[in-house]
Amino acid sequence: MITDIQVERSISILLISGVLLAAVVVLLGGVLYLAHQGGQHPDYHVFRGVAADLRSPTMVVRKAFAGRPDAIIQIGLLLLILTPVARVLFSIFAFLSERDYMYVVMTVIVLAVLLYSLLEG
Amino acid sequence: MTISLFTAIVFAGSLLAGFLGALTGLGGGVVVVPLLTLLLGVDIRYAMGASLVSVIATSSGAAAAYVREGFSNIRIGMFLEIATTLGALVGAYLATRLHGSTIGIVFGCVLLFSAYFSWHGHKQTGGESTPDRLAHMLKLEGSYPAAGGQREYRARRVPLGFGMMFGAGTLSGLLGIGSGAMKVLAMDQAMGLPFKVSTTTSNFMIGVTAAASAGIYLSRGFLEPGLAMPVMLGVLAGSLLGARVLVKAQSRSIRIVFSLVIVALAIEMIFNSVKGRL
Repeated sequence: MITDIQVERSISILLISGVLLAAVVVLLGGVLYLAHQGGQHPDYHVFRGVAADLRSPTMVVRKAFAGRPDAIIQIGLLLLILTPVARVLFSIFAFLSERDYMYVVMTVIVLAVLLYSLLEG
Repeated sequence: MTISLFTAIVFAGSLLAGFLGALTGLGGGVVVVPLLTLLLGVDIRYAMGASLVSVIATSSGAAAAYVREGFSNIRIGMFLEIATTLGALVGAYLATRLHGSTIGIVFGCVLLFSAYFSWHGHKQTGGESTPDRLAHMLKLEGSYPAAGGQREYRARRVPLGFGMMFGAGTLSGLLGIGSGAMKVLAMDQAMGLPFKVSTTTSNFMIGVTAAASAGIYLSRGFLEPGLAMPVMLGVLAGSLLGARVLVKAQSRSIRIVFSLVIVALAIEMIFNSVKGRL
């Protein structure tokens, strides 16, 4: 049995670590990106959508491991998006340990919406 | 302009947006999108993508602090997140279908609403909440630290609050903003929750709401890493600075200046959208 205060403290640590980790990865990717492409010209005036290999989590991971700077930034952004998802996942276990099944169900619904967006969106 | 110079300008602008957003409580997103689209000529969908990830960063950072202080209500937040995440899905799908100038007009209107909200500040709603069976059944109650010990509260008008949260989620997904002002309105004005509980729980919810649209933004190519990088880092750094100053600064005058800036941006945004230049 864990208490509300322990839950609050764990959520707090989880959120801070997620954001910090994401920021570090984005910064790292950003430095590499500027070193490689800093001299080129930005082109965001007309919407074409980013390259197809930066649009799905699996492709992003593959390209980042191949050392592509923009994919490393994208990994950081994915970590950021996953931070609230991890918080929701953690809450399921917290409500389970409190035997609050009504809130377990609600949290599962929220998680399902999040996963739908990430995997099927 | 080279990418390096562009990145430096975007970072500086985002730093300022995050700083002002934290001071006024409106968040960085409402300033970053007009900044990118109006001043730097960035397409509104790329601007929304960059704004949305910065919103996740700032709200998660701030929520971490509030949760620990015991103001945020995790149950109320989770219950209402059902509404905001579903709304966010609808909003994000709309964003992929609608024309950029239509989104720009809606954005301008939301900016005007935010300016009004920021200008007026907060009015306390009437006293003790009446007993509400639905709120009790859903455990939408709690207590928070106040002068003279813990103070108890319970939500009321749950369906209205839930409906408004769906609307807040839709706007968040449609515009790439946190829509914190509307979330606070739903909890504080509609559900009669204490202001401090409303603002901190709203902050807690913003990240999850934004994450629900982020997946759709990612697969539709709204998340441009080269642009999102300086925006996310700038807004995050700016909001951390703003949160430190907030404790000391008397923010009434800042609010007024900020409101005027937002009104100007809103008019510019609507004008450019109508002219088809956005």
